[in-house]
Amino acid sequence: MSFVLKFSLFFLFFTLTISNFSSAEKQEKLLRQSWSFDGFFGKFDRASLQRGYQVYTEVCASCHSMNLLSYRNLSEVGGPGFSEDEVKAISSKIEVLDGPNESGEMFKRSGKASDKFASPFPNEKAARAANGGAYPPDMSVLVKARAGGADYIYSILMGYEDKPPKGIKLEDGVYYNKYMSGNKIKMSKPLNNDSVTYSDGTASTQEQLAKDVVTFLTWASEPHLEARKRIGFKTVIYLLILTALVYLVKKKIWLRIEPKV
Amino acid sequence: MSGQDSNLNNNEIRPVHTNKVGGSPFKGVVGWIDNRLPIFRIFKYEYLDFQVPKNLSYLWSLGGILMICLIFLIVTGLVLGMHYKPSSSEAFVSVEKIMRDVNYGWLLRYAHMNFASFFFIAVYIHIFRGLYYGSYKEPRQLMWLIGIIIFFMMMATAFLGYTLPWGQMSYWGATVITNLFSAVPLVGNTIVTWLWGDYAVGDSTLNRFYVLHWFLAFGILGIVIFHVIALHIVGSNNPSGIEPADTRDTVSFAPFTTSKDLFAMLIFLLAFVLITMFAPNYLGHPDNYIPADPLITPAHIVPEWYFLPFYAILRSIPDKLLGVIAMVSSTVVLGLLPWLDLSKVRSSVFRPIWKQFVFLFVLDFFILMYVGGMPAEGIYVLIARVGTVYWFLFFLIIAPLVSLTEKTLPMPNSIHEYENWKKQGRIKTLKIF
Repeated sequence: MSFVLKFSLFFLFFTLTISNFSSAEKQEKLLRQSWSFDGFFGKFDRASLQRGYQVYTEVCASCHSMNLLSYRNLSEVGGPGFSEDEVKAISSKIEVLDGPNESGEMFKRSGKASDKFASPFPNEKAARAANGGAYPPDMSVLVKARAGGADYIYSILMGYEDKPPKGIKLEDGVYYNKYMSGNKIKMSKPLNNDSVTYSDGTASTQEQLAKDVVTFLTWASEPHLEARKRIGFKTVIYLLILTALVYLVKKKIWLRIEPKV
Repeated sequence: MSGQDSNLNNNEIRPVHTNKVGGSPFKGVVGWIDNRLPIFRIFKYEYLDFQVPKNLSYLWSLGGILMICLIFLIVTGLVLGMHYKPSSSEAFVSVEKIMRDVNYGWLLRYAHMNFASFFFIAVYIHIFRGLYYGSYKEPRQLMWLIGIIIFFMMMATAFLGYTLPWGQMSYWGATVITNLFSAVPLVGNTIVTWLWGDYAVGDSTLNRFYVLHWFLAFGILGIVIFHVIALHIVGSNNPSGIEPADTRDTVSFAPFTTSKDLFAMLIFLLAFVLITMFAPNYLGHPDNYIPADPLITPAHIVPEWYFLPFYAILRSIPDKLLGVIAMVSSTVVLGLLPWLDLSKVRSSVFRPIWKQFVFLFVLDFFILMYVGGMPAEGIYVLIARVGTVYWFLFFLIIAPLVSLTEKTLPMPNSIHEYENWKKQGRIKTLKIF
C-alpha cells in the first residue's frame, strides 16, 4: 500500500503549495478562536446563533444590510432554530413597501417570513452619506469574503484601541483597529460590554457578543454548513469502504497474471 | 496503382460495397444492432480485448480520471446553468441563490468549482507523466499536440468560468486578461472592444463569456474524443518506453486496467470529497465573494492557482507585448517538445541527465506558481525571471542538447525483461513510477 501513501502525500504537498498566498502581508496575527462549527463534525451552537441574531439586529443592522437572507431562513434546518411562530413575530415588526395594488398604488404592509431582511439604508449613496463616505458592506457572505474568515471578523471586533500608537494621527470619524489593513477603520467600536442584554442570562461581555455575532454571520455565509459536513463525512466513510473493496478486487484480478512473470 | 486509376475508368465493371452490414461478433438483438451500427464491437475491441502494456503505473490512471472530471463538470454545469443568470446585475445573486435556495445547490456549485481545480491537478500530473516517460515521441506526437490543444481550451474554459460568479476577482481577472490583447500592435484596442462587446467589461461581456464557457466545454469533449481515438491507434506508452511485442508484455484493458484505474479514481475522488465538503473555498479567493465593483480595484489581482505559473511568466517581463508572447509561448513550447527532444530513448528511467532536468522543471513549475501568487515586487520579480528563463531554456536548449549528447543507460529488449530487471534491482525506480 505504499503507493497510496505516496499518492496522498503528493496531493497534500500539491494542495499545500497552492493554498492562499494572499494572506502573506498581514501584520497582526489574528485571534484564533475555537468555533463550534470547526472540524469534521462542526455544528452551529443554536443558542449562540440566536444570541448572535440579537446582536446583529440591535447593533450591526443599524448600518449593515444582509440582502441575501430572508426571515424564513431563521427557522430553517441547520440555522438558529427559531420556531415558525417566532419568525412570524420577528418579521411582522418590519414594514415593507409592496405593490403596486390593483389601483396602481404602492402600499406599506407588515413583513412576512418570506421577506428579505430589512435594509438600514434605501441605497448605497444614502449609506455612504450617513457613514462619512464609507460603505458598510453587506454582511450576507462577509465571513467568506475575508481572508481569515470568522477569526478575522472576530479580531476586527476585538481589535479596537482607544488610543492609537504614537505617531498615528486619526482624522475625524476614523478609528484605530489592530487588525484592519492600514489600521484605520471608519466603523466606530461596535461592541462593548453590555451593549446588548441577553434574555437567556448569558453574560454579555465584549468577547461573548463578538463570538455570538460571528457565529451568526458564519451561518449566514454558509447556511448549509451542517448538511455539507454531515454528507461529507458519510461520503468519506462510503468511499473508504468502496476503495478498500476495489483494492482487494484489483489485487485478486492481477493475481491471475502475476505468478507467470 | 490500378486501384486508384480504376476510379477514372468508366468502362471497367467492378463490385461496389455501399453497405457494410455484417461482421458482428455478437448474436441476437445485440448482433442485429451491431451489424448495422458497430458500437458494440467497437466497445469490445477497444475496451474489453484492447491490449495495454502490463507495467503501467498509477500515473497512467490520470487519463481516465480526467475523463471522469470532464463528465462531472459537464453534468454539474448543466444543472447549475438551469439556475444561473448571466447578467451583471443578477449573476452574483443568482449564484448565491443556488448556494442557499436550490436543493443541494451548494453541493453542485462547490463540486463544480472544485472539480475545475482537480481537473487541473490531474492534467498537470498527466502532462508530467508524458514528459517523464517521453510519451510525446514517435509515434505519439499528434496525440501530444492534441493534448496541448485540450490544455489551452481548458485554460480558456476555466478562465471564462471563473468570471461567471461576477465577484471582484471575476471582474478584475476578466479585465486584466482581456486587456492583454491590447498589447497587439495597431488593432489591439479594437480587439479588446470586440471581445468585451462594449467599451468596458460589463453585461455583454459576461453574457458572451457564459456562452463561450458552454461552447468550449463541449469543444473539449469533442477534442478529447480525437485524443482517445489517437490513443487507440498508437497505444499507451509505458514506464519502460519500450513498445510491447507479445502477450507477455500486455494485459487486456478489462478487467486489469479497469480495476486498477477504478482504484486510482476512488483515491482521487476521496481527495476531492475532503476538499469539497470540508474546505470548499480553500482553493478559491475570498475576494470573489465580494460583488464585482468597477470602481474598486482589489489590492492584488490574483488568478486561480492553476494559472499562477503562467501569470508569473507574464509578469516577469516588463514589456506588456513581450510578456503576453512569453506567456503564450510557454505552453506552445510544450507542444513543440516532440521536435525539440531528439533522443530515441523515451523513458527518463534510462536517461540519467534528462531526468535531472525534468525534475528541475517540475520544481521550476512550483516556484513559478509560488511567485505568481506573490506581489510583483522585490525578490519575487527576480525569482520569476530566473524561473521563466529556465522554463524556456529547458525546452529550447536543454532538450535538444541533452538528447544529442547524453549517454543513455543500457536498455532491456522487452517489457517483460524490463520487469525482471526491476525485480533484480538493475533498474531503480520509485514504486509509483
